[in-house]
Amino acid sequence: MLNIVHMWVNGKEVELAVDPRESLLETLREKLNLTSVKKGCGVGECGACTVLIDGVAVDTCLYLTMWADSKHILTTEGLKGPNGELNPIQQAFIDEAAVQCGFCTPGLIMTAVEIVGTGRKYTREELRKLIAGHLCRCTGYENILNAIEKVAGIHS
Amino acid sequence: MFDIEHYYEAKSVEDAVRLLSEHEDAEIISGGTDVLVKLRDGKGAGGTLVSIHEIPSLHGVYVQPDGTLEIRPATCFTDLTYHPLIQKYVPYLGEAVDTVGGPQVRNQGTIGGNICNGATSADSAATMQTLNAVVVLQGVDGVRRVPVTEFYTGPGRTVRRHDEVCRAFEIHPEDYVGFTGCYMKYGKRAAMEIATLGCCVRVRLDQSLSTIEEARIGYGVAAPTPIRCPNTEAALVGKSVTDEGIYELIGTGVLDEVNPRSSWRASKEFRLQLISELAKRSLREAIRRSLNHEAPGLAAPDEERR
Repeated sequence: MLNIVHMWVNGKEVELAVDPRESLLETLREKLNLTSVKKGCGVGECGACTVLIDGVAVDTCLYLTMWADSKHILTTEGLKGPNGELNPIQQAFIDEAAVQCGFCTPGLIMTAVEIVGTGRKYTREELRKLIAGHLCRCTGYENILNAIEKVAGIHS
Repeated sequence: MFDIEHYYEAKSVEDAVRLLSEHEDAEIISGGTDVLVKLRDGKGAGGTLVSIHEIPSLHGVYVQPDGTLEIRPATCFTDLTYHPLIQKYVPYLGEAVDTVGGPQVRNQGTIGGNICNGATSADSAATMQTLNAVVVLQGVDGVRRVPVTEFYTGPGRTVRRHDEVCRAFEIHPEDYVGFTGCYMKYGKRAAMEIATLGCCVRVRLDQSLSTIEEARIGYGVAAPTPIRCPNTEAALVGKSVTDEGIYELIGTGVLDEVNPRSSWRASKEFRLQLISELAKRSLREAIRRSLNHEAPGLAAPDEERR
């Protein structure tokens, strides 16, 4: 049985026939080809599948696509500027060498977008807690924190 | 794809109750951070889900005319932690649910699920016990109210009937006015961790802030279900807050009222040590907050707009 789901993905209106058993992760990757959304643990621990739903960071592996009806979804693909330029957060990740294998990067960038979206500035300790829903096995997190601090830290 | 045979999106609580009564194998799904993880593991595979995710009336925190706080069950942990009513009247509950999983899980997981899945390790459980929270259940036979202290029947089991949907948690004025509290969680990591032990201690001092008029002690993972320690609570009444003996009293008293077990997370002996130590530390912090004039008054009904 298929259901029609109507949503906005990266600013574009999308209408899709989805299976109620589908996770938003599967829909975004397999139907909309948004492969920045990574499939990691599948149980909400690694954060690689994080996107923003109405501005809030959510693990899409634990989110049924049915719930996305009439909501706004933002993935890393949607951060691209009108002339293809990078978002300041993406640039900060490059500048601070916060990317190694890259698998955790899109999820962490989306959490950083949520953090920046609050309009507040954060201490490094607060940022550590805010990115605690992401696992990175390469960087040791220091450069990731440096990058996010550059855009949302108290000294930024 | 999750292994679900049938999926229903309830439009209202009444709709959810009807769907549950029509489908014997149906399970409620709200935030999904528990149910979908279990499904992936094959538990409940091939079953039926009744989703209450999209029912607006199940979200938010409100004040009833008599000052009772009403927490709607589909409120996610993040929204609870940052809700002005929670921060003002029961901040320790907001702190407790801020220790669940990680940020994304807290954006999805709900307090209703945390209580209704019956887990002793639920981070809201110890605090809700000390608040004497009342679980409002709506089923085919109507609405009934069950104190959370009588809600659990065993590990993962509660008195909630198959067709019943939790509609709200009520916290009465006598359970929060004048109280401060503190929740402490022990886990091996600071995030993405299920509690090895959770302890909430709350106190209400007399007007001169010198003696304890009422104390409440709640635990998660100290027994097969979340529990209170009524005998130790009673022993603390009338004690001076400057008397260092109260920490010894709570630390040894609680040991007679708990029943922890050994699991792969921790041995029984280690849990007993945590039960004693966390009670002392939580009591000290709860008293410090009272002395710092953090105890709230009565909530007014017109305060409920965010």
